[in-house]
Amino acid sequence: MISGRTLAQGAGCESKMSPEFFKAVAICHLSEKDFKSLGLSEGRNVLLKNEFGQVVLTAKADAGLPDSMVFIPMGPWANVIVGKETGGCGTPHFKGLEVDVAATNSPVLDIRELFSGMGA
Amino acid sequence: MSEAIIIKDAVCSFCGCLCDDINVEVEGGMVKRVRHACRLGSSKIMGHARMESPMIRKDGKLAAASFQEAYDRAAEILLAAAKPLLYGWASTTCEAQKKGILLAEEVGGVLDSTATVCHGPSVIGIEEKGLPGATLGQVKNRADTIVFWGCNPAEAHPRHSLRYSSNSCGRFTPKGREGRKIIVVDVRETRTAKNADKFVRITPGSDYEVISALRMLVAGKGETVPDEVGGVLKADLADIAATLKAARFGAVFFGLGITHSRGRYKNIDNALSLVAELNSHTKFVIMPMRGHYNVGGIGQVLAWSSGYPMSVDFTRGLPYFNPGETAACDLLARRDVDAALIIAADAVSNFPRATAAALADIPVIQIDPYENPTTLHSEVVIPCAVVGVEVEGTAYRMDGLALRLRKLVDCSLPSDEEILRGILESVHKQRQLTANGGA
Repeated sequence: MISGRTLAQGAGCESKMSPEFFKAVAICHLSEKDFKSLGLSEGRNVLLKNEFGQVVLTAKADAGLPDSMVFIPMGPWANVIVGKETGGCGTPHFKGLEVDVAATNSPVLDIRELFSGMGA
Repeated sequence: MSEAIIIKDAVCSFCGCLCDDINVEVEGGMVKRVRHACRLGSSKIMGHARMESPMIRKDGKLAAASFQEAYDRAAEILLAAAKPLLYGWASTTCEAQKKGILLAEEVGGVLDSTATVCHGPSVIGIEEKGLPGATLGQVKNRADTIVFWGCNPAEAHPRHSLRYSSNSCGRFTPKGREGRKIIVVDVRETRTAKNADKFVRITPGSDYEVISALRMLVAGKGETVPDEVGGVLKADLADIAATLKAARFGAVFFGLGITHSRGRYKNIDNALSLVAELNSHTKFVIMPMRGHYNVGGIGQVLAWSSGYPMSVDFTRGLPYFNPGETAACDLLARRDVDAALIIAADAVSNFPRATAAALADIPVIQIDPYENPTTLHSEVVIPCAVVGVEVEGTAYRMDGLALRLRKLVDCSLPSDEEILRGILESVHKQRQLTANGGA
């Protein structure tokens, strides 16, 4: 998994509580082949899971991505599955993480739901 | 209704490009139209929903308060903390940053910037090797070969290519894009890659190895390079090395693709060595693609104030810097801070979830124009004016050039600098009261 900037993420990053930001960032890009092999269609969700956590996102096919790689716009949804280790330089690994991906019928949490349990 | 006025050559306060050719139409004290800006800059200048009143959490809920009450509560939290974290600083003025450093010294805290979750590894790599840099103007006017490595300016710095790099026309580069060779190195085919003469797709996490192979090839030691490195054939790497050596003036721009991946600051260290090697053959420069418009500024202001560019611990009475120990994410992961002031950043969203969770257990003071997930976990929330739209001030472009941001419209909210001054005065007042035995 790699996370990074997109135009829509950047344009919405100062209105994080808005539906536009949710639409722009709570998504997971997959290669066209992976998208098909997981039996996905437009609007279907995927569950991403690793040792750090799990998150549900809306799947999107992306012709620019190689197989076995997912891209998530940087931000609160991607960061659920990023670990806290910084390798002694202060910066976590926001890219290059291993993650299991599966189709799911679970809904994508909105921004308030995503943080509702934090610290509880 | 007052007549519309056009403000010419305003400076955009979104990304590290600091585009200074923005025309803004203002009518009735409101921004009506923005010209020349990209989608990111336009969105910033046109504005978003704002927080309008300071708030203090009471019985679990944020309730409206006066600015003075918010300053006093913020000062109380910072004074009660043994080790407060003062984090953010990338989207505000150098003048506010200076005031923040003073506050960190006064309360004995750790001051860290958003660089630690973006180009922090670049800062460390540059400290190790030095930066053969240039202004963006030099790149525009002279560069005939440009490498974008692990960055995607088409989405993160949309006007970079047109104003400063691949597609710009300069004094010695009159043909613009046609006269330049553009190489993009990335793990995926980005929009930037689609504008390249050569797109080099590498295996994720193999930047260090690919840079090392290029160093060997540039140095004429190609016999040590295996047939394939990081998913790239040796013959392709040899072609790239030859292109780089043939440049009259080359520039490498790099992004979070290499600072966030395996190798982190060592990737930057290695890229700087590659550029040093290239300078044995021709002229080459290198530059990090800084994200927030003044993340360069906090590095500059901290460096001239404390000697260190980020993650500065003032709790010992003198500045101490050891990223991995004093960086915000490390401090929170270890639960080593007991209060936080988050200014011009959204730490709760942008830190790993396990790191951000620590913020839910300590009192947080937020200074920001907009509501965001950090607001949901804050004890005190202080809304501020937007720099570059409602407040003027100084910012550093990604190449280290200082520019003056302009005020375009009036705002009733205080600036970051005024808010920090208010908190600082309250710190002094409360200290005095304590010294006088509460009298």
